Amino acid sequence: MTGDTTRTIQVAALTRVEGEGALRIYLKDNRVTDVQLSIYEPPRFFEALLRGRPLEETPDITARICGICPIAYQMTSIHALEQALGIAITPEIRALRRLLYCGEWIESHGVHMHLLHIPDFFRCSSSIELAKRFPKEVIRGLRLKKTGNRLLEVLGGRAVHPINAAVGGFYRAPRKAELHTLTDDLKQGLQDAIDVARWVSSFEYPDFDRDYEMVAMHHPEEYPMNEGRIVSTKGLDIAANEFEQHFEERHVAHSTALQCMRIPANTAYFVGPLARVNLNPSTLSPSAKQLMSEVGIEWPCFNPYKSIVARALEVVHAFEEALQIIADYQGCSPARVSYVPRQGEGCWATEAPRGLIYHRYETTEDGKIAFAKIVPPTSQNQRQIELDLADYIPSVLGGGDSETALACERLIRSYDPCISCSTHFLKLEINRQ
Amino acid sequence: MGVFKFASCDGCQLQLLSCEDELLSIADAIDIVHFLEASSHVEPGPYDIALVEGSITTNVDRNRILEVRKHSKYLVTIGACATAGGIQALKNWGDRSDYLRAVYARPEYIETLSTSTAIADHVKVDFELRGCPINRLQLIDVILSLLADRAPRTPRHSVCLDCKRRGTVCIAVAQDAVCLGPITQAGCGAICPAYQRGCYGCFGPAAQPNCDSLADWYLAGRATPVELVPLLRNFNANAPAFRECGDRIDPFLDSGGTT
Repeated sequence: MTGDTTRTIQVAALTRVEGEGALRIYLKDNRVTDVQLSIYEPPRFFEALLRGRPLEETPDITARICGICPIAYQMTSIHALEQALGIAITPEIRALRRLLYCGEWIESHGVHMHLLHIPDFFRCSSSIELAKRFPKEVIRGLRLKKTGNRLLEVLGGRAVHPINAAVGGFYRAPRKAELHTLTDDLKQGLQDAIDVARWVSSFEYPDFDRDYEMVAMHHPEEYPMNEGRIVSTKGLDIAANEFEQHFEERHVAHSTALQCMRIPANTAYFVGPLARVNLNPSTLSPSAKQLMSEVGIEWPCFNPYKSIVARALEVVHAFEEALQIIADYQGCSPARVSYVPRQGEGCWATEAPRGLIYHRYETTEDGKIAFAKIVPPTSQNQRQIELDLADYIPSVLGGGDSETALACERLIRSYDPCISCSTHFLKLEINRQ
Repeated sequence: MGVFKFASCDGCQLQLLSCEDELLSIADAIDIVHFLEASSHVEPGPYDIALVEGSITTNVDRNRILEVRKHSKYLVTIGACATAGGIQALKNWGDRSDYLRAVYARPEYIETLSTSTAIADHVKVDFELRGCPINRLQLIDVILSLLADRAPRTPRHSVCLDCKRRGTVCIAVAQDAVCLGPITQAGCGAICPAYQRGCYGCFGPAAQPNCDSLADWYLAGRATPVELVPLLRNFNANAPAFRECGDRIDPFLDSGGTT
């Protein structure tokens, strides 16, 4: 301890985030000396336990990293393994995969906005409390999320840990009639999503514009989901297989968490819906593009609190694209491209609801996994969240510690951190200044 | 009611939030006073119902579950992690230091037990709701049962019966697929066979499963141990019926049983 001027503010358990984490802030003379976002999720060793497993199980196993965004893990591993095996998929399979992504974005963004994040803007502790003041809006949010889940159920078999996605395609392609049962709900969902985007854009946002390097995928013809180059607002433009030359996960002493940094400069960066919208405004769906110009935000936007608006625009996009894919669907045969196992290596990046995700695998001649590397979105945002907090905290020190802690939680939640999908875990180190 | 998380993916507690049509009514009927994923409003126990997700993999969690038990009237475990140790229980068959080195550059920062075990291995559990993930309608039924002070009636029959109900042609018979349906508890809706793939056992062993008989049937020409062992040893690897059968046919294990 260094005397009376030292103050420690602690949020022992972050709430309304997926997974469990804690935050510690260290102050001396009202100056921030350290901010530690700690993840106390127990380690589950996915990269180790995949070794030696049959490669076709990989999507089922990686799904279990995160119950909120299992598709992102499944699909990234499938694409990476298809690279390793030299599999080329058909345009029909590719379209169904985008449809699956639409379902997950709707579901995951729906959960985050209505159940986790919006309560913050009205100082409510939960969506249950929010529902007492905004019953129509909460019911609309639940309806929208339910349609996302229904889409995942029809195409994936179930919403959490879907069973239909396979290396090479799908175990069974949906029948046209099955997909068409979704159309009316998706149309309703699109209207709901447009209303949600207008609603959230009317919220009050703190002024907190920052000089971020925002990183997202980019594709010339489509809004980035499962394919594209990796680009940034500071000029990065690389193929996905160059990821490890530009980004590195560090397990550093005295750091609170495994953090992915831009190399060689060792700088933090920002991934997620706001980065995607900023870097891909021209490929948003027509309604989302129209809304983008109506919501009163100057794009590109560098205020992390406004991520919720980007999230809402992406839900509009996902509904509109899902309707289009279903309208165009003429069946998918074969459902799955066959392959011969071989020794190989492949990597891939996709866009999980909460940001860029990267996987790399090595396979053996007899069809097993020899090596796995998984970089989830939250480990990429973590350093940026800490830096944001260090800058933000002085402006919210006026109130009591609990007010300050609440303000910090709000900032963290705007990133939609998914802590259970932090496949890596570091023990917290406390450095008293 | 309190919802508590141990080593897991959050998918089972998410099922509570996936009760879109019922969520607000549930919240009317029950005070949810500890549900970190969904609410900042946190009250200390005692709890009438504790829903516990996840497995025990660290010393800290081993102590934490004792506390949860102490403050709870009914403790219900939800999902394969809490009822069987989850996919992370694969490390029970591995070398812990090797796992650490494979994932972490600085293993000395990581505190972990050598095993991942079910909650019932540590404290008395009043009811186990299975599945990876659990079925949300079964979860609602369990909560309603406890509210009505009656025992939950979650079916324990095998997936096969649900395939018949659903009208799915048996893929093990008609397509020679390797399917764990005959020994796996129903509850998923028998989705895998309906999507042209064999059941991979995510709801764990059904009541009185004859795993050895099924394994021997598949091994007599349809599958090799190298294919069948990983199928028995995945999300419910440490459920006794699957574990014992997998270990028996594992050509790389000298003796049955695990660490």
